[in-house]
Amino acid sequence: MKITVTVNGRRYTDEVAPDLMLLDYLRGKGCLSVKRGCETSNCGLCTVHLDGKPILSCSVLAVRADGHVVTTLEGLQQEAAEFGAFLADEGGEQCGFCSPGFVMNVLAMERELQNPTEEEILEYLAGNLCRCTGYQSQMRAIQQYLARKKEVE
Amino acid sequence: MCYSGREKTIPLSMKDMPRPVGAPMAERMLKEDETPLFTAKNYVRATCLQEAYDLNQKRANAILGGGCWMKMGARSIGTLIDLSGLDLDQIQEEEDCFTLGAMVTLRQMEAHAGLCRALGPALKKSLRHIVGVQFRNCATLGGTLYSRFGFSDVLTLLLALDCQVQLVGAGLVPLEVYAQQPYDRDVLSHLHIKKNGRKVAYESFRNTQTDLPVLTCALSTDGQTVRTVVGARPGRAKRSSMELALGATEKEVADYLQVLQKELRFDGNLRGSEAYRRHLCGVLFRRALGQLREGM
Repeated sequence: MKITVTVNGRRYTDEVAPDLMLLDYLRGKGCLSVKRGCETSNCGLCTVHLDGKPILSCSVLAVRADGHVVTTLEGLQQEAAEFGAFLADEGGEQCGFCSPGFVMNVLAMERELQNPTEEEILEYLAGNLCRCTGYQSQMRAIQQYLARKKEVE
Repeated sequence: MCYSGREKTIPLSMKDMPRPVGAPMAERMLKEDETPLFTAKNYVRATCLQEAYDLNQKRANAILGGGCWMKMGARSIGTLIDLSGLDLDQIQEEEDCFTLGAMVTLRQMEAHAGLCRALGPALKKSLRHIVGVQFRNCATLGGTLYSRFGFSDVLTLLLALDCQVQLVGAGLVPLEVYAQQPYDRDVLSHLHIKKNGRKVAYESFRNTQTDLPVLTCALSTDGQTVRTVVGARPGRAKRSSMELALGATEKEVADYLQVLQKELRFDGNLRGSEAYRRHLCGVLFRRALGQLREGM
């Protein structure tokens, strides 16, 4: 099937197989920040934005992205670097494998929730698993990042 | 450029497999004897419900909901029938009911102000533990209800309310009837939730965050009697045939629970034994009853 998808601001038209996952399509486009993790919709490593909403690209067929806008970490480099600095300061990324999906979901949360509480942050990010940090350092990084954003505004 | 399939479908002739320009060699390839997750030969975006229904009469074909569960199976599908072009991703609030399209996502449900107002905190409580926001942005109501998963939080909650499903072939069917029916080739297009002021409380127990529940329990009341639904037993959620007076005495509650635990069939699996689930049923029931009595 022929699909037309905008990936990180660039429009692509491709012939794809009906069972091709968005994850594979995006990696095929060179978006290697999109990681293959559990492939059972549990770990959040493959998180990308579809029309601004965070989704699991391992669970969405590429044909479903036809006519839509997909954003990966490569398309949000400035914001990702900004948040990434807070993450690094707090030791919130260790092996770093979960970071791209995690950063994508944090950026989605920042757009969706106004002044989220710790509980709301935990709930929003429940679908992002990290086996290194224990999440405390990530939580500190998020809270400091959000506080800084608020100060700047 | 032509993508001939996922990396998983590569095994027959890997060296002949055309790769997208600029892409690295596929990082994960299946071994020769490894089964791919699922495969689909064709894809059709239905232009009307009747077309979807007609296509779905062929056993090899399948309706595509969110796809989260389907993609983990090993089914070889002939034609994937996509309902995403039929405006079924809308939640409409009418005077006497909410009408939800089959393609409404679980995240849309929990973010809908009208639904949250009508169902209170029970709605979010039933959805918040379902993996994560990204998953709930993918999973659809239609896919969840059609599948009638034994572990379904959503089905448990909705069975405590007065709901009907709209099927293309069979028309309107009460959800409690649909929940017990075997799978067929009909197409679920909408869910209607009656607005009759029923208060609902929801409780579930998980061994660990985001896991499937060990047990789910939803209670609802019209102000007089209490209706009980228990799911993840681990069978499909089921509404008890008995109701309890909202103001029942402690002894009446204990008696009711005893009969309830006999009426519903519990089983054991990796998440919990039959005896554990039976005990949990009492615990979750009392918690939910307490919430209903406190007026939420």
